[in-house]
Amino acid sequence: MDLLTVFQILDSTIRLATPLLLACLAGLFSERAGVFDIGLEGKMLIAAFFSAAIAYTTGNVWLGLLAGVAASMVFALIHAIASITFRGDQLISGVAINFLAAGLTVLIAQDWFAQGGRTPSLSGDGRFEPITFPGADELRSGFRQARADDLEPSGLSALYWDVISGHTILVYVAILAVPLTWWILFRTRFGLRLRAVGENPGAVDTAGISVVRLRYAAVLICGLLTGLAGAYLATGFNAGFTKDMTAGRGFIALAALIFAKWRPFYALGACLLFGLLQAVEGRFQSIGLFGFEIPSQFMQALPYILTVVILAGFVGKAIPPRAGGAPYVKER
Amino acid sequence: MTITRRLLAGTALAALALPALAQDAEPGLIIDLGGKFDKSFNESAFTGAQRWVEETGGDYRETELATEAQREQTMRRMAESGANPIVVLGFANASTLDAVAPDYPDTDFAIVDSVVDQPNVQSIVFTEHTGSYLVGMMAAMASETGTVSFVGGMDIPLIQKFACGYAQGAKAVDPDTEVIVNMTGTTPAAWNDPGRGGELTRAQIAQGSDVVYAAAGGTGVGVLQAAADEGIFSIGVDSNQNHLHPGSVLTSMMKRVDNAVYDVFSAEEFTPGVIVKDLESEGVAYALDENNEGVVTEDMLQAVDEARMQIINGEIEVHDYTTDNSCPVAY
Repeated sequence: MDLLTVFQILDSTIRLATPLLLACLAGLFSERAGVFDIGLEGKMLIAAFFSAAIAYTTGNVWLGLLAGVAASMVFALIHAIASITFRGDQLISGVAINFLAAGLTVLIAQDWFAQGGRTPSLSGDGRFEPITFPGADELRSGFRQARADDLEPSGLSALYWDVISGHTILVYVAILAVPLTWWILFRTRFGLRLRAVGENPGAVDTAGISVVRLRYAAVLICGLLTGLAGAYLATGFNAGFTKDMTAGRGFIALAALIFAKWRPFYALGACLLFGLLQAVEGRFQSIGLFGFEIPSQFMQALPYILTVVILAGFVGKAIPPRAGGAPYVKER
Repeated sequence: MTITRRLLAGTALAALALPALAQDAEPGLIIDLGGKFDKSFNESAFTGAQRWVEETGGDYRETELATEAQREQTMRRMAESGANPIVVLGFANASTLDAVAPDYPDTDFAIVDSVVDQPNVQSIVFTEHTGSYLVGMMAAMASETGTVSFVGGMDIPLIQKFACGYAQGAKAVDPDTEVIVNMTGTTPAAWNDPGRGGELTRAQIAQGSDVVYAAAGGTGVGVLQAAADEGIFSIGVDSNQNHLHPGSVLTSMMKRVDNAVYDVFSAEEFTPGVIVKDLESEGVAYALDENNEGVVTEDMLQAVDEARMQIINGEIEVHDYTTDNSCPVAY
């Protein structure tokens, strides 16, 4: 395996990790504020649909992104009203959101486009194009030229033109969202209060700060980020919406969140690991290693096997926010 | 969900308002997982049914499977609604049909892509390996890197049959051609995962492939998209997919499921048994239209047409993977 292959796998890793990362950070905000959210999947799905549908009808991917985020935030609001204002069970509300999104997207898509629950393929301005960094194209053609001339270039330059450059804008947004999340949560007053509300809402309330308002804010930020994740799936990673296209990514993001112990930079690491496992599986489906053939079925199961092994053995104790899952009832 | 409900409402209405209709026997079509608009296998069947409607002005019943678990109840409901003949699509229905068909001896069934040995079942199979052989030749001739690739849907012998035919065709042009074969998955979800299809395609391109052949139902949409984005050639399957990305789709291996459905619907008399649709009967063919005439060269056409004739008269033997579950060429 040469250096170029490694970089190609890393390139694929970043693409695959992006939706997980955005969804994972979304869950981080919500759960740090004490609102469990298993509706990440549903919010991504509804965002994916509306971003693709609006991007297709208007021909403008930015309007699509806006629509996707708005749809996701509406769903987040439903979750907030049910579980914060009306103190319903957060898990049940999340499950309801997943079902609602799965049914609603296909129903609307069928009525709107009559293509069996999908949107037409996006093209041109209807989707996010890869951003090429300055000099990347020159380096790439330089590398190809060198390879064609049998110079055996090391491929180190591919780190720049393949791994770093050439992704859609949402990929960079997702990566920048990690330090931003860390800064908001650990370096701002809002972040301190948000974390406190997930640990001990009573104390926050005693200090004269509204628990309800903080939790609403956290859940809406969660909606914003899942909206970006969904829009990326439909307009960056793919070109259009298809039925159930999130394919369990919201749940993998939840696993990554636990794995990351509710911390932003750990979340980046966890999501990249899950992305890497998927990328490796795509690349080496049935390749012989050390003289014997590894069946592709094993490679396909590998991400899940490793998830279980890592979660069970290496992560240590993951302690969720103490007030997580419990609606706050003001003491009289 | 909605479609099932619509069907329920439809059959209920038909039963209430037009009891005579049941004896009139409209033909029925059961669309398989992947959906009516998969731009591929199912859509081809739907197109055939639509052509029959346009030409005869008749009506037919149609339902679409939403989950694996619905196969039997859908088939029975269709039979009980009085539809006749009933076309079911896809190999996955074979065991179900084998159990259901004897319960409705007066109803004629046709299954595409599998053989069911019952007196009231017509089994329609295609020689996909020969069609894939031809597009494999075209792929090898269009490739500049000497590496071509294949993305399959679910890992089943039928899809290996495509892959094996394709590899044989590519190696017939140049024995040194490298053929990369990837399958999307091992469950029916593999028919509907364009994201993964695209990612597999990018991995193949990274390994040097510059022509990719997708035999993956709805997943193929992502394969073709990735190929167009990365500026390489792709080959569509089942339906003519040349129009999806003109100039990037080299050709399509058409499997005329539409003709098969049309023939069953319009047949005067039902013939049980196995019907093989091959190159000669144009059951499988490569697609040439205004979208790809710029990329298909004269040389390719000549070579492929010659090979087609040789396959028909037996001079070239293309190995069928499903006969012994192995492929004579390595990939």
